[in-house]
Amino acid sequence: MKLLRDTWLIFERQIQLLLRNPVWVFVGVFQPVMYLLLFAPLLKPALNAPTQAAAYKIFVPGLLVLLAIFGGLFQGFGLIAELRAGVIERSRVTPVSRLALLLGRSLRDVVSLIVQAVIITLLALLFDLRVFIGDLLLAYLMLALIALMTSAVSYGVALKVKSEDALAPLMNTVAQPVLLLSGILLPLTFAPGWLQGIADWNPFSWAVDGTRALFAGDLGNDKVWQGLSIIAVLAAAGVVWAARQFARSVR
Amino acid sequence: MIETRGLRKSFRSRAGRETKTVDAVRGVDLTVAEGEIFGFLGPNGAGKTTTLRMLATLIEPDGGEATIAGADLRTDPAEVRRRIGYVAQGGSTWDESTAREELVLHARLYGIGKAEAHRRAARALDAFQLTEYADRKCKTYSGGQRRRVDIALGIIHEPKIVFLDEPTTGLDPQSRAHMWDEIRRLRADGMTVFITTHYLDEADALCDRIAIMDHGEVVAEGTPAELKREISGDVVLVGLDAAATPQAAEVLDTEPYVNKLETGDEGGLRLYVDEGATAIPQVLRRLDHAGLDLRSIELHRPSLDDVFLTKTGRSLRES
Ligand SMILES: Nc1ncnc2c1ncn2[C@@H]1O[C@H](COP(=O)(O)OP(=O)(O)OP(=O)(O)O)[C@@H](O)[C@H]1O
Ligand SMILES: [Mg+2]
Repeated sequence: MKLLRDTWLIFERQIQLLLRNPVWVFVGVFQPVMYLLLFAPLLKPALNAPTQAAAYKIFVPGLLVLLAIFGGLFQGFGLIAELRAGVIERSRVTPVSRLALLLGRSLRDVVSLIVQAVIITLLALLFDLRVFIGDLLLAYLMLALIALMTSAVSYGVALKVKSEDALAPLMNTVAQPVLLLSGILLPLTFAPGWLQGIADWNPFSWAVDGTRALFAGDLGNDKVWQGLSIIAVLAAAGVVWAARQFARSVR
Repeated sequence: MIETRGLRKSFRSRAGRETKTVDAVRGVDLTVAEGEIFGFLGPNGAGKTTTLRMLATLIEPDGGEATIAGADLRTDPAEVRRRIGYVAQGGSTWDESTAREELVLHARLYGIGKAEAHRRAARALDAFQLTEYADRKCKTYSGGQRRRVDIALGIIHEPKIVFLDEPTTGLDPQSRAHMWDEIRRLRADGMTVFITTHYLDEADALCDRIAIMDHGEVVAEGTPAELKREISGDVVLVGLDAAATPQAAEVLDTEPYVNKLETGDEGGLRLYVDEGATAIPQVLRRLDHAGLDLRSIELHRPSLDDVFLTKTGRSLRES
């Protein structure tokens, strides 16, 4: 199928270029490891958790969702560089599927996120975190959907604004409230009512709750399917919108 | 091969709080025949790139229609894409990729299989003398080498028509001459080549036919020779000392074969005549008779710049 073939071609190239860049490997792997090693020890007392493993069950899913959101949101910068080099325009004169131009790139982002997530999970296992494999895979699906959505949106916005100067403040403005209102770093259990009320409108808050439920082994929790469905719908909408930007972008 | 009628495009741009509309292309009618090198000559901002981008399906025209290699631009842009190649003005290669990788990927985006894509890439690298650098990152190439990769990318799928937006801008004279040879070779292979340029000599020497564009409109179209022939007569440049110039002007102004006479800024005269070859001996005799010393005399055939000058009132060199 043309879409699959085209997506694979773009994905293959993007992965190739990614692996060629040692900076990425450093940032992508070491940064989350630092979080885990340097931030996590503060957690047990802060969260008032009975054991270190219990603290990890709360913190690790939050960290992973955070990585998925930020990993995706800032991918647009790379696209602007490609835009400037003329690579996007060169692709757009070929009959390649416009959806593939987006999906190939977003899939690279998803794959690199999942690699990060696996590394972090393995490390956390050393610290006595225990997760059932089926739950873990569902949690990864949630992360993949989040990264797909945020990177697609970032690409779409990059094609619209076409300059790093506009993209950076825009993404920061989006990311900050999303981060604060999702209970990513600390659960919102102790938040005052009004804060809870706002957080209910933040889709990422649902995603974090769902992921935490999965890490807690609570597959039957409503938050799981609710989080997954909300993020899946948003990811689909993000992809459709961003692919349209690829089809019509001017210069 | 290409037929356009009334192609139009305007851009809205924001400067501060005001929005201004720029009519980049205002009604372009063109006919490009199969197998020719067609040149689009015009100063900066004339609308050359905008026209090309419309023909290459990158931006949608505001109005007008075009048929390209038998496919309708409006109703079947996908088919147009399959039949054309396009090389952008600003380049199209990625710093961290190699020329070979770029060529293989680009071929594959046109639906060509892996093995065949590698074969074509090797052939293109060879044809454009890039084999030596093929597996080095593009960021290490010189400007000329990089430009050659751009062109190789544009024709990797053997299109019927290729659009080259300023293929020789920024190249040294030798690389330019090479590029001209490459472009002529494309024509020899049966390709129709549509280039844009703001070099007069390039339009004159390389192109079979040209269209001169200014302010979004085509102001003249034809072979370089036809266009120059439209400008009647020749120009004779008479070199004189500044002191002798006024007297010489007085003497020559009354001669019947001089249609018009202009005085140069630093002395010397510009005579517009019907036939340079017969005028020159008469000028020499007349000046000799008046006892005026001549420093030089030059016959100047009309150039494309003179064509541009008569059509727009400006010189392409100045703009
Ligand atoms: N995306 C755009 N938005 C706004 N204005 C544009 C855009 N693209 C082109 N223009 C304007 O349209 C006009 C024609 O531009 P175009 O790039 O077609 O000129 P050109 O003939 O290719 O010039 P050059 O020789 O400098 O490449 C210019 O005034 C330019 O500023
Ligand atoms: Mg241009």
